[in-house]
Amino acid sequence: MSALYAILKRELLLARRIGAGAELGIVFFLILISVVPFAIGADQKLIGRIAPAILWLAALLATLLGLDRLLQADEEDGIVDHLLISETPLSLLLAVKALAHWLATGLPLSLAAPLLGLMLAIEPQAMMPLAVSLLIGTPALTLIGLVGAALTVSLKRGGLLLSILVLPLTIPTLIFGATVVKEAAAGRAYSTPLLLLSGVSLLMLAIAPLAAAGALRFARN
Amino acid sequence: MAFSPDIRLEARGLAIRRGFRLLFAGLDLDLARGEVLQLSGPNGAGKSTLMRILAGFARADEGTIRWLGMPDDTETTSLYHYHGHREALREALTPRENLEFSAGLLGGMHAAILPALERLGAATLADLPVQVLSAGQRRRVALARLLVAPRPVWLLDEPLAALDVEGQALVGRLIADHQASGGMALVATHQPLSIAVRHLVLDGKGAVSGEAMAEAQA
Amino acid sequence: MDGTSQKPALWMRLANPAVFNALANRVLLPLAVLTLAAFAYGLYGAFATSPADYQQGETVRIMYIHVPAAWLSLFVYAGMAASALGTLVFRHPVADVAQKAAAPLGAGFTLICLITGSFWGKPMWGTWWEWDARLTSVLILFLIYLGIIALWRAIDEPQRAARAVAIMTLVGAVNLPIIKFSVDWWYTLHQPASVFRMGGPTIHKSMLTPLLWMGLAYLLLYLCLLLVRMKTELMARRIERLQILAADRQAAGGGR
Repeated sequence: MSALYAILKRELLLARRIGAGAELGIVFFLILISVVPFAIGADQKLIGRIAPAILWLAALLATLLGLDRLLQADEEDGIVDHLLISETPLSLLLAVKALAHWLATGLPLSLAAPLLGLMLAIEPQAMMPLAVSLLIGTPALTLIGLVGAALTVSLKRGGLLLSILVLPLTIPTLIFGATVVKEAAAGRAYSTPLLLLSGVSLLMLAIAPLAAAGALRFARN
Repeated sequence: MAFSPDIRLEARGLAIRRGFRLLFAGLDLDLARGEVLQLSGPNGAGKSTLMRILAGFARADEGTIRWLGMPDDTETTSLYHYHGHREALREALTPRENLEFSAGLLGGMHAAILPALERLGAATLADLPVQVLSAGQRRRVALARLLVAPRPVWLLDEPLAALDVEGQALVGRLIADHQASGGMALVATHQPLSIAVRHLVLDGKGAVSGEAMAEAQA
Repeated sequence: MDGTSQKPALWMRLANPAVFNALANRVLLPLAVLTLAAFAYGLYGAFATSPADYQQGETVRIMYIHVPAAWLSLFVYAGMAASALGTLVFRHPVADVAQKAAAPLGAGFTLICLITGSFWGKPMWGTWWEWDARLTSVLILFLIYLGIIALWRAIDEPQRAARAVAIMTLVGAVNLPIIKFSVDWWYTLHQPASVFRMGGPTIHKSMLTPLLWMGLAYLLLYLCLLLVRMKTELMARRIERLQILAADRQAAGGGR
């Protein structure tokens, strides 16, 4: 237990001190959303209709950013070795690392999204479901990213390969998450996609730390 | 700190290839309580690779590694400290914070951190960011990790690097104390250690030679 | 992956590259002949004797190229997943060669499926691409294949690459059903009816038989190509080993 707490404490400390976490993610989120209307045109109605999609895509990309640093920084310093000789199982340690990453990126994004959604003329009744869908779905993104990060940890330019590996696997999350918001915006029931989204996140919680631990044990340098 | 007297490392027939090049083959290695084995040889001979294999971070191409003499449910990875080329310190944190992390990870006590730093002559650095420390100071902080969490086996890869003469003697004393309390160590280094050791030499061309207990040098 | 249908003893003996090579050499020529025969029979059935569709006319014949390609793209992935288990769990030394050889072949079948799917759909949709459930799922599978191939290339050391790819393949395997389900679900949200129906039991026997023959032909083709690629890979590794030995001998001054 103390190992898990030690990791969490350290990750949050580092995030606060180095500061490449929440602030950067939210700024990127904001920039993406600001850029989209220029590409689409000043069509308020159209932007409002695709707002759920834009918000979810922006959350996806903002989470992907910095995923490669999740493990690379530790690997460069030789700390991943120590993770492997800890008394606590590696998969648990990695799960906590993912949690810390989510606390620093996914969580702030999810809470900021409804406000940014106002810029995209999102329907008011969709704002809360938007936040909830992101809160439930961004952990899945971080966890899938954890596996990609573990596989590419010792590669230079691993970030691009990580995105290539991770993006196809995030499609179900994107589908279910965006649908929640779309259905909510249209005033329809959205419990089904929300449950499916939760299922995906839970499944990723079950398998991603194990896969990532396997990657660090067997496929690292 | 006393450890179980029966813990033994037994490696048989280890062979390592880098790419397809054979670094060595048929290597046997034994390490028991109270023993210190010094691993030497030219660069690229496979010393670091061998240490990483013994630590379980990589796989040997052939051969077996067994840790004997413990209860069956012991995780072998909790038996050893691994000290590698990189000090495993995060620059943005202080030595105290780094060692608190290590303590949590490796089963050590927070109370042991300051005494460990003192022993390594780095107590005054405890709350400075690692970023501002010199290479020698970082090495001392990294070695302090060995004292924060008690583990019977020390796998040390170039622990004397970047240390001055006084620091090197200190490390020698640390290893000797560890040896005296029933621990064992495998140390990869060119430089002579100021204690009695067994030797294992990798010559980088596939041959391996060992000697019986050698007398202390220097 | 090869030999898993044989007795365990053979499967374990195949772990020796020399044994594998010997077996592959014996099997390759008969396999190639069977492949040609199956293609001949299947293509004849597809283009000559099977009927045109009452709705789509002659263009339905693309189905005989498209559908078996889809089958193979999944079959190859299953094979890669089985080899991945061989690499990770059993440390079978030929399993990683099988994985590496299979990946581009699977990507190739997937690409054929996508391109023929586009040609098939054009007359009906009017466009070169439609985001329907099946094609979209195949596209995602194609992307996963590309990612795996990229991972192979990114890691130099062959055994480490094999382990990394094995993990990625297995994670992908777990995700594939989820992806398929989510894409199907996504599609039904927007379009109630599929543009072209591809039900198994609803296909008439006169169309089903050539389809199955083509499926068999594709499978045999895959096995031929797989064996050839595996032999090539094993040979390339052997050459590299010999080159290094030669360099070592030179460095040691000729005496070893």
